[in-house]
Amino acid sequence: MSSTTSQQQSTEAISIDARGPRFSAGITVVLLSTALATHSVWVLVAQGIVFAIGAIRGPQFTPYAAIFRTVVRPRLKGEVPTEDVRPPQFAQSVGLLFALVGIAGSVAHLPLVFTIAVSFALAAAFLNAAFNFCLGCEIYLLLLRLK
Amino acid sequence: MGKTTTVKSLAPILIVLLLTSIYGFWYKSSRGKVRAAKGPNTGLTEAILGESLGARGTLVQFSSAFCTPCRSTRALIENVVKDLSDIRHIEIDAEAHLDLVRSLDIRSTPTTLFLNSAGVEVGRAIGAPKREQITSAIALLR
Repeated sequence: MSSTTSQQQSTEAISIDARGPRFSAGITVVLLSTALATHSVWVLVAQGIVFAIGAIRGPQFTPYAAIFRTVVRPRLKGEVPTEDVRPPQFAQSVGLLFALVGIAGSVAHLPLVFTIAVSFALAAAFLNAAFNFCLGCEIYLLLLRLK
Repeated sequence: MGKTTTVKSLAPILIVLLLTSIYGFWYKSSRGKVRAAKGPNTGLTEAILGESLGARGTLVQFSSAFCTPCRSTRALIENVVKDLSDIRHIEIDAEAHLDLVRSLDIRSTPTTLFLNSAGVEVGRAIGAPKREQITSAIALLR
């Protein structure tokens, strides 16, 4: 027997190919590593724009998602695993937050702030790409509990 | 760029990748594992959960909007309990029940509590459990 008391099912969100966000996280790892290694604020700005698109419009509208759709997906076989668009969108918002802190640190000539902020964003992206880590699962409830 | 600068600038990347790899392997192996309840607890009731309990046991799954494995966990548990008339599955939106979330110390989603017939938590699985992890935990419910 089964029942559902939550309200979330009534507003069922859009589903996307679950492999897309993970592929995007892989590219994000490369970009953020480059930003860290070169201390280039412009690489971080570029990644920040991608995060902003993913956070505001949705992760399926980023340039990385476009690469996934046109280049990667046609080569993948098997059943398409789908997932709710909201968890990756939340992760993109967290990424955007770290990118903004990193950019602010760079503008303010605080290289340590830049390094720490980009390191956190890299950690989240790498966990997502390598271990299918669900950032929203782990931190959203903790953030709500702080209230 | 000199050799020392290169080493210096690669150090943060290597530290992040090392620490996240250690965490990642722990994360992978710990998600879904059913752990025995810590210490005595008073038990949950129909009044608290808003749903009646199963005659032998109840699986209470806490879910949230930003949770990818919550949907598949719900589908899997529903599939496991559909032929068990004495076991019930209740899904709770964690965000709408923060007081309950705090009192049960739910930290992430999905978290599934395994309650016995009296509504007392005997175990919990943090993260998406596998089918056999669910069935063996249900087998222990009395």
